[in-house]
Amino acid sequence: MAEGDGLSRFMAQRSTSGRARGGRRPSGALLGVAPFFVYTTVFLIIPTLVVVVGAFFTPQGRPTTAYVQTLTEPVFLEALKKSVLLSFYSAVIAGVVGGLLAYAISTAKPNGLLKRFVTSLSGVLAQFGGVALAFAFIASFGFTGLLTTWLGKAGLDLSGSLWLYEWDKGLLLVYLYFQIPLMVIVFLPAVEGIRSQWREATETLGGTTWTFWRKVGLPILAPSFAGALLLLFTNAFSAYATAAALITQASPLVPQQIASTFSSEVLLGQENVGKAMALAMVVVVAIAMAIYALIDRRASKWLQR
Amino acid sequence: MSRVRTRIAAISLAGLTAFSLAACSAPTDESTSSSNAGSGSGAAGGKDAKSATSAADMGGMDKLVAAAKKEGALNVIALPPDWANYKEILEGFQKKYPEIKITSAQPDASSADEIAAAKRLKGQKTAPDVFDLGTAVALANTSMFAPYKVEKFDKIPAANKEATGLWVNDYAGLMTVGYDSAKVPAPTSLADLAKPEYKGKVALNGDPTKAGAAFVAVQMVSVNEGGAVDDPAKGIEYFKKLKSAGNFLPIDPTPATIESGQTPVVFDWSYNQTAIPAKVKTWELWSPPKALKTFYNQAVNKDAPHPAAARLFQEYLFSPEGQNAWLKGGATPVLMDAMTADGTIDKTAAAALPKAEDVTIPTPDQTDKAKGILATAWPKAMG
Repeated sequence: MAEGDGLSRFMAQRSTSGRARGGRRPSGALLGVAPFFVYTTVFLIIPTLVVVVGAFFTPQGRPTTAYVQTLTEPVFLEALKKSVLLSFYSAVIAGVVGGLLAYAISTAKPNGLLKRFVTSLSGVLAQFGGVALAFAFIASFGFTGLLTTWLGKAGLDLSGSLWLYEWDKGLLLVYLYFQIPLMVIVFLPAVEGIRSQWREATETLGGTTWTFWRKVGLPILAPSFAGALLLLFTNAFSAYATAAALITQASPLVPQQIASTFSSEVLLGQENVGKAMALAMVVVVAIAMAIYALIDRRASKWLQR
Repeated sequence: MSRVRTRIAAISLAGLTAFSLAACSAPTDESTSSSNAGSGSGAAGGKDAKSATSAADMGGMDKLVAAAKKEGALNVIALPPDWANYKEILEGFQKKYPEIKITSAQPDASSADEIAAAKRLKGQKTAPDVFDLGTAVALANTSMFAPYKVEKFDKIPAANKEATGLWVNDYAGLMTVGYDSAKVPAPTSLADLAKPEYKGKVALNGDPTKAGAAFVAVQMVSVNEGGAVDDPAKGIEYFKKLKSAGNFLPIDPTPATIESGQTPVVFDWSYNQTAIPAKVKTWELWSPPKALKTFYNQAVNKDAPHPAAARLFQEYLFSPEGQNAWLKGGATPVLMDAMTADGTIDKTAAAALPKAEDVTIPTPDQTDKAKGILATAWPKAMG
């Protein structure tokens, strides 16, 4: 059958159903989604417009590309590189560790204590970011932190070590603290979707565990895994409070640089440069989301078959 | 301590948007109904408080006090209690005028945040009434100030004020190095701080591209290292050296980090450090041979919701009481010389002020030039 037939039939169905129910349906439906539109307008569309307008217009309202041009400066590019790398590393490490953890939990008893404990713990820890988390790490690993003191007593002197305050060491570790639990939460449904019958089928056909994973398990999980990685990436990319609380003497990441354009008492009049930087972040996140949408479409097609 | 610490708590990434910025406004519990007296009113004879450029305009101090009491509230912003003894100043004002309820918002905000808050809250009764600003921010925002001359205005040296009273220097600090003598040896030169004894122990109050105090610290080091006030390159080079030696501590010092021993050596204003020995007995101050001194500035918000109270607060700050409170906090009040002459100075506090021989006060031009260089060179060297 030609595709056109299906489409026209679909259209016809749609129009009849619309006519049959009269004019009331659209208005009622609109009323129902109105809060959603208000929400997205207030919290998504207007802020995005503020950023875009601020990036391309001077405070006096003249169009300019000067702010966007500052994005080519090495200081910003370096921060963007660090932001992207930190998000990427933390997403990949958390993806692998969290993914294995999720699989381990999925094999546990469905309503067993272990599973309930780990999932609820992950739920809490995935939200445990920001200043509180940074403080916890400073209290443990800082110069006078508990663990630093203990290790010092055991003969391992870390008191002069600055690793905790470096973006690619301390910050990465701190990010993993909320990224791994988040991975467990978002990936668990996918690994739970693997049915034991598939494995039995593989074995019946003479396959080994390795064959099962290579030919069945991993290909099925791959789209969800990639999607989860992108989610973790954007989660880390937009994180701010944790980094700001931990690293106060420099602004290695883009969100920190944006903050300093707004509150610096040394370099003034940088607000619109901050908006241009925010625009760059929007672009990066948009790319990640576009890839996510692509993967998601492929994955859902796969799962329908 | 560093007024910039705060971005952490206050501004999230979402804070970029106009909306959430509005959300981090000050606590708004203005209890007294009399605060409705609000903008424009408060004229108790003579001129309206909003346009009064002196107490005489209002019909004398008594009328100003009466108008301020009628307003019943004063909003201040970015005044940390541990900064230049502001705790005592606010308490002193409160005690003298118990009818005026002080609301202190965002104590740790930066000077730039003060201006942003005033713009955002314009027309609301939670907007800040008065500002305490770094020079750069003050000079860039004079259009937001109401000219006001305190009774002692003529005693303030001409270089320390705007002729019409738009802004006035209020207090100055010396950039000093504080250290815990129980934890580190006494430094005798800046080069000492790069030695292994100071590994992981030297902190700067803020990021110099954001915090005024840290910026002046870099300037001060530069002057002592053979550079100039307007060229911070030598200062940046010095801190880069400290960093590569592992001595530079990337922590923002606060009284808490000092007390807990996390920041044993701190570059900061003298007035943020003189109160520390009360808690850490072994805390000492050291100044390199060439000292740097800069003033903060006081101004009245043009759109102050409590214009009379704002003006009364200025009178209090520049009265012997207010000036001596700053002095007790280790800051040099702008009326120091005048008060020494007329004998109203607190002699004990004056004697305790950190001494300096060779003092430079950077001009706005020098500061601007230094900033231009620092903005790109600092992140490159320290990133």
